[in-house]
Amino acid sequence: MKKRIVFNHRVLPYALLAPQILITIVFFIWPASQALYQALLIQDAFGLSTQFVWFENFSELIDDEFYLNSFQVTVVFSAATAFLAMSAALLLAVMADRIIKGATGYKTLLIWPYAVAPAVAGVLWWFLFNPSIGVAAYILRVFGYDWNHTLDGGDAMILIIVAAAWKQISYNFLFFLAGLQAIPKSLIEAAAIDGASPRKRFWTIVFPLLSPTTFFLLVVNVVYAFFDTFGIVHATTSGGPAKATEIMVYKVFNDGFVALDLGGSAAQSVILMLIVITLTVVQFRYIERRVEY
Amino acid sequence: MADVQLRGVKKDYPGGFRAIHGIDMHIGDGEFIVIVGPSGCGKSTLMRMVAGLERVTEGDILIGERVVNEVEPADRNIAMVFQNYALYPHMTVFDNMAYGLRNRRTPKAEIEKRVAAAAEILELQGLLDRRPRQLSGGQRQRVAMGRAIVREPSVFLFDEPLSNLDAKLRVQMRLEIRKLHQALGVTSIYVTHDQVEAMTLADRLVVMNAGIAEQIGTPMQVYRQPATTYVAGFIGSPAMNFIAARLGPDGADIELPAGGRLPMSNGALASQAGREVTLGIRPEHLTVSGAGDGVVSLNVELIEQLGADLLVHGHFGGDRTDITLRLAGATPVSAGDVLPLGVAPESLHLFDRENGRRLETAAPSDVPM
Ligand SMILES: Nc1ncnc2c1ncn2[C@@H]1O[C@H](COP(=O)(O)OP(=O)(O)OP(=O)(O)O)[C@@H](O)[C@H]1O
Ligand SMILES: [Mg+2]
Repeated sequence: MKKRIVFNHRVLPYALLAPQILITIVFFIWPASQALYQALLIQDAFGLSTQFVWFENFSELIDDEFYLNSFQVTVVFSAATAFLAMSAALLLAVMADRIIKGATGYKTLLIWPYAVAPAVAGVLWWFLFNPSIGVAAYILRVFGYDWNHTLDGGDAMILIIVAAAWKQISYNFLFFLAGLQAIPKSLIEAAAIDGASPRKRFWTIVFPLLSPTTFFLLVVNVVYAFFDTFGIVHATTSGGPAKATEIMVYKVFNDGFVALDLGGSAAQSVILMLIVITLTVVQFRYIERRVEY
Repeated sequence: MADVQLRGVKKDYPGGFRAIHGIDMHIGDGEFIVIVGPSGCGKSTLMRMVAGLERVTEGDILIGERVVNEVEPADRNIAMVFQNYALYPHMTVFDNMAYGLRNRRTPKAEIEKRVAAAAEILELQGLLDRRPRQLSGGQRQRVAMGRAIVREPSVFLFDEPLSNLDAKLRVQMRLEIRKLHQALGVTSIYVTHDQVEAMTLADRLVVMNAGIAEQIGTPMQVYRQPATTYVAGFIGSPAMNFIAARLGPDGADIELPAGGRLPMSNGALASQAGREVTLGIRPEHLTVSGAGDGVVSLNVELIEQLGADLLVHGHFGGDRTDITLRLAGATPVSAGDVLPLGVAPESLHLFDRENGRRLETAAPSDVPM
């Protein structure tokens, strides 16, 4: 039975809600509506005159080859980041699920990257892969690969994928570990008696039973790669070389604050907003019907 | 088909806890063995060692003359029914049963034939396309059994398979398991802590206590000649009455604390004369008798009417030893009565007061184990 608390006072409930509502208004509703409004305007570079143009900003975006490039870059980046972050996390979680001794220390270490700010993570990997002073770049060179993410677009893409995925592994790890521990041991034992090899047990029993977790993490990771990786890109490649790593969020920033095309930038952020809303709806829809079996 | 042998099997869990203290047992081909004992006595541990899910610390386990200590569970040719059934929740009933066969690369036609046969035995025909969550508890239980029998293993292992079912279903499934065993004749090891299940299903019973097999024998052997006070108290409901007593000076009769004497049935224990013993009498062996020799006066405290039977609880003697007896349901008794009780000499059980072992008045060769 749910116990419902009734306030006798009329004002108190509103007062209690006020801080949260205020934060939402100031940091979300207001800027979001500003962006919506801005997306319909064209402003000159000095901000002296504005003109209301309806959806011209959007139609321009569709014809803009740089925007299409940015879209492609984002798709490749987020798919690769989500895949890398999730598969590495799953592998670590499976191993952590097995060990008994020292498990706590192992888990704590794995959770640390999550506490690192995106920009710091970016700088860290930037140092490791710096073509002139980076350890990783040096090692690659020893093996005959001439790493240079400042010139090679592919190298740059790999760098931001690795940096972004590294930060997300901890989060995924925690969820996968919890998911693994929720699978009854007797199922695995039954499968072992049923003659399934450890590999087969994983793919036919464990992985299907993890699918709700996997799906949840997939959405979270895509959202992360779309929206939370600005700091990493900014600190490592700044979208370069030649826009090879200019993901959509970074392009919003670049067009708006560097090129000062506020209307176009706002239109891009509206599109991003629509994407995140879609992803969230998909997520909630699925989670509601999560009892798949 | 195979027999199973345990030779000095011991189990230490990591951390040093010894769960099994050395068990020797031979389970014949086609035999139905029930392991019974209180919670935590090591029943599951023993079974899981036979299944290969726990390592054997010391000793050997043999299935069909082959030492299987280092053999993978999959290669032992066993099938196990788990307490929580452990059905694969994302597979249909058919796939649950076929999984083990597919892993062994059984031809498709053969799989379908065997699953259909198992489904027929267990009356699961209409349910093959369902997922486990769409089944009732009893149906899930049957699917778990089906998954075991399609494999046609040489040993069945059951770990408390009925404990999640309601009382009525449990009785029904108990009969079905018995029938199944009669039909298939597969060597079976069955763990339970329900003594009715133990008595009714077992060809032989293993009574365990704290990692030790206290007694191994047929249900009637265990009931008639319990090897220790522990077994005597565990098997039989209501539990056996225990009375602190002493052997008479010639070892041929028993002195009760209240002052009475009970003659012993067959022969004297002259060597044990004067010894402190525990006297055991089952509630169903006490009778209401007229005054005479070997009679105890019971002060009745409480009556429990069970319908067909009647349980009388009371006490006797200076130290108020508690006694329970079972009488026919219609017997006129009420609280406060004083009942004269008698007992047939052959229904007395004598145990060493110190170590709880049975003192046998008959020839020692009759002692099971
Ligand atoms: N993995 C383990 N590590 C350490 N001790 C264990 C482990 N598994 C079981 N034990 C201990 O071994 C003893 C026997 O456990 P087991 O599960 O065999 O009992 P059981 O007879 O099956 O009991 P129940 O009737 O409750 O199922 C218990 O004291 C238990 O605490
Ligand atoms: Mg158990």
